[in-house]
Amino acid sequence: MRSMLQASMLLSAAVMCIGVTMPRAWAEMTFVRITPEQYQRTIHDVFGRTIKVDADIVETGFRDQGLLAIGARKLTLTSAGLESYEALAQQIAAQVVEPQRVATLIQCKPKKSDGADDSCAAQFIEQAGLYLFSRPLSQSELKMYVETSHDSAETLQDFSAGISAALVQMLISPDFLFRVEQAYPDPDQPGKLRLDAYSTASRLSSFLWDSAPDGELLATAKSGAILSQRVLDEQVDRLLNSPRVEHGLRAFFSDMLGFDEFATLSKDASIFPKFTKDVQDAAREQTLRTVVDQLLDKNKDYRELFVTRETFLTPALAALYGVPLPRSQELGGAVPWVPYTYRDSDTHIGLLTHASFVALHSHPGKTSPTLRGKALRESLLCQKVPAPPGEVDFSNFENADQSQLKTVRERLERHASEPMCAGCHKITDPIGLAFETFDSAAVPRTTENGAPIDVSGEFSGKDFDGIVQLANLIKDDPAATSCLITRAYSYGVARAPSAQERQWLDGLKVELSETGVKWRELMRRIASNKEFYTIPASEPQRADALQ
Amino acid sequence: MSISEKLSRRNVLRGALGGTAITVALPTLECFLNTNGTAYAATGAALPPVFGTWFWGLGLAPGHWVPEKTGANYELPEHLAALKPVKSKMNLFSGMQIFLDGKVNQNHYSGAQGQCTGMVSRNGSDYSTSIDTIIGDHIGKGTRFRSIEVGCDGDRKSTWSARGENGMNPAEISPLALYTRIFGPQFVDPNAAEFTPDSGTMVRHSVLSAVSDYRKSLMKEVSATDRSRLDEYFTSVRDLEQKLAVELEKPTPLPACTVPEKFEGEDVGTLVGQTTTTHQQFTQLIAHALSCGQTRIFNLSMGSGFSKLREAGEAVTYHSLTHEEPVDPELNYQPKCKWLAEQHMAFFTNLVQSLDSIQEGEGTLLDRAAIFAFTDHGEARLHSMKDYPVFTAGSAGGRLKTGLHISAPGDAATRVGLTLQQALGVPVGSWGTESNRVTKPISEMLA
Repeated sequence: MRSMLQASMLLSAAVMCIGVTMPRAWAEMTFVRITPEQYQRTIHDVFGRTIKVDADIVETGFRDQGLLAIGARKLTLTSAGLESYEALAQQIAAQVVEPQRVATLIQCKPKKSDGADDSCAAQFIEQAGLYLFSRPLSQSELKMYVETSHDSAETLQDFSAGISAALVQMLISPDFLFRVEQAYPDPDQPGKLRLDAYSTASRLSSFLWDSAPDGELLATAKSGAILSQRVLDEQVDRLLNSPRVEHGLRAFFSDMLGFDEFATLSKDASIFPKFTKDVQDAAREQTLRTVVDQLLDKNKDYRELFVTRETFLTPALAALYGVPLPRSQELGGAVPWVPYTYRDSDTHIGLLTHASFVALHSHPGKTSPTLRGKALRESLLCQKVPAPPGEVDFSNFENADQSQLKTVRERLERHASEPMCAGCHKITDPIGLAFETFDSAAVPRTTENGAPIDVSGEFSGKDFDGIVQLANLIKDDPAATSCLITRAYSYGVARAPSAQERQWLDGLKVELSETGVKWRELMRRIASNKEFYTIPASEPQRADALQ
Repeated sequence: MSISEKLSRRNVLRGALGGTAITVALPTLECFLNTNGTAYAATGAALPPVFGTWFWGLGLAPGHWVPEKTGANYELPEHLAALKPVKSKMNLFSGMQIFLDGKVNQNHYSGAQGQCTGMVSRNGSDYSTSIDTIIGDHIGKGTRFRSIEVGCDGDRKSTWSARGENGMNPAEISPLALYTRIFGPQFVDPNAAEFTPDSGTMVRHSVLSAVSDYRKSLMKEVSATDRSRLDEYFTSVRDLEQKLAVELEKPTPLPACTVPEKFEGEDVGTLVGQTTTTHQQFTQLIAHALSCGQTRIFNLSMGSGFSKLREAGEAVTYHSLTHEEPVDPELNYQPKCKWLAEQHMAFFTNLVQSLDSIQEGEGTLLDRAAIFAFTDHGEARLHSMKDYPVFTAGSAGGRLKTGLHISAPGDAATRVGLTLQQALGVPVGSWGTESNRVTKPISEMLA
């Protein structure tokens, strides 16, 4: 697959606009820091997938109101973070100017290889800038980067080194490390700001593709056509029908399900020898593969994710779960992922029985109904579980003789006898206990310390007995649908929805609950809504901007 | 004028160098220091002080760590026996607390935040400038690294260092990566006979300068909402610019500076054995980085307050143990938790000894250092904000007394932070907010 830069060179740069001066047409400029994944994806899209991007070395951000995406609007870049990005930019730039790539990425031939050629450098810089910043460079910006290229090429007596230096400068610029959103007073809605055409394109591609806009989308921004409902709808459909929408889906669910916690997940090797690093990596992939299969490939209702018997397994995962599957060498092929459907009598049902849920939300060597119940409430139902109180006296709980208590349910019931603890544990533990048929490493079990496990409980006023019944109750609970829709919108705008947006979302929730919570339809409805590209003027400084 | 300003972008690339590297022969290094090796000969100025924070989660076993006597002649309780080798080089504070002023106790967060920033926020996502940044702005300028942050538990978020309100400084979690960052190809040995500025570094520096130049035009356009975030981004640009500028300058010889041997490997994780090795590797690197003038500020964290430390085969983490392990009625403590707390005391001793092992003239690196050690709770089991154990180590170039146990029942623990700031010359009369605002330093420890 050609990179965007190669493609645009070959197509005579349909959206080139040398010498464009960006007028100051906006009333507000805000920044959302891109994630390590978006960084990597954009580099691959612009320069090709053969560029090695070690994005693990950069900082990941923090979670706010349930999403890393919201935290990204509050993040800056620390000294150590910028140092990492500069090192990464050096590595990438060095690869871009390698002889085998430079021929396809830089179409003009420099007048000399041992010095500067401003005209040739400008061609490259202009194209790279367009795709990296998701907007054309202004004249003054172009001049600045060409100057960097010129000075460096002359100093190091190497044209490529000049290109490399200018590219590094672009890659550490806030215009690249942050998604810059420029907004102007909305002519249709007095008192409101709406994103300009390039920022609209950028938010759209970030939302649906988890990457920067491609040439076609940028062309609609250049002409301003993206600001019309008709072209916006066309582009939304085009993006949703592209294979790249899978990247967007994976990025959203990785954020919503808190998969960044895999980075620090630890299981005790002596207690769970089968829970290897490979299994840990596969656990995350199992869920994402299942989500892609159900929501994109099969266009199933989101709620089915809680009860689907269909999934994908590797031999190592199958061994962990105790599922018969051919061994890796018998399967052949480099990717040992095999579609697998559990029987109706199995306890494995839906995402919540994947290791990415039951093992991720457990202790290193034992389960935690509290952590599981909390994760279910907060990540998938958007319900806030209060933090444990301070200065609480645990003595009644801790000093009791617990030697006779074999199951975690018995131990937690003792815990809940402490009034200060009981309030919150009642929110988390009853549903968390339903998962006790999976140990801390997600291995199915029926007993704990020789005692049978009681997995009965109550959720939203309804009794259940075991994970299969609970999964069905969650599937039918309006909170599950509501949570997905609110999270998806918040993820796209990188903030909590405003009161007006919440009103619109409430209507959407009712409608989709009846017609089906289909992923593409949900994304289409959000991304085609012009409100999605506005900025609420609720904060004082924003009100100032409107004066 | 800062080094960065002197080395302005076009000056570097178009100035004296003209595209060729310069080789500068340096005189013998002893000429630069006085006979004791503790000060610069030319100016008589003492080697600059250095400052570091050391965080450990979950405090100590309550009722088992406060010495009976105060002052210089106290005896370490058995729980603190691991500190014995460094007792005379450190201070121990007891009885202090962090005030919540009616805010919700963000468990394992508010107390550490209070001690490190002087304020307690309403929620766990707010933060503000930390003490290392305040002190670093005063004593840390002109070094290659503004500061070095490390975490020993494999989690980049295990850090309490921040500039402003928009993000914590991420922790380096790999000792090997930190080795390369400090002592890799970009390291300039201050004691090398010759100095050759690297032309590639010149270009990198000029690129950073160009980004800095961009600040003025961009700041005019940005909304008030994001101005402080963008300003912090450009502060980071200037820090990196400064780092490269230092790499382009002929360094001042430092006789005590030696490059540590590169480790054969690393094993980052949350088991006690892994953490012991990781901490040792980090302390070695930090001590050498300080003695080689690479930084004057460090932040070393054992992990988050929700400590994941555990022994192999243990089903739950240290944090979970503090809430789940019964208090032994005869011993009157949680045995596993107490043991883990004692491992931390051994880690702290290891840090202090690492700095003390580097001889600088008649003294050691520790003599010009001030280390601030703090934890998240007085009694982790109860999420208590009272009776915090706090330590300092080092005499900050003669500005601090050591070997003391200071009891200050009911006082805000921010007094320790204020005292350290004043000892290191920060012109500040008060520190902290609301009930954690303090105006009185701990005079007993000021020399």
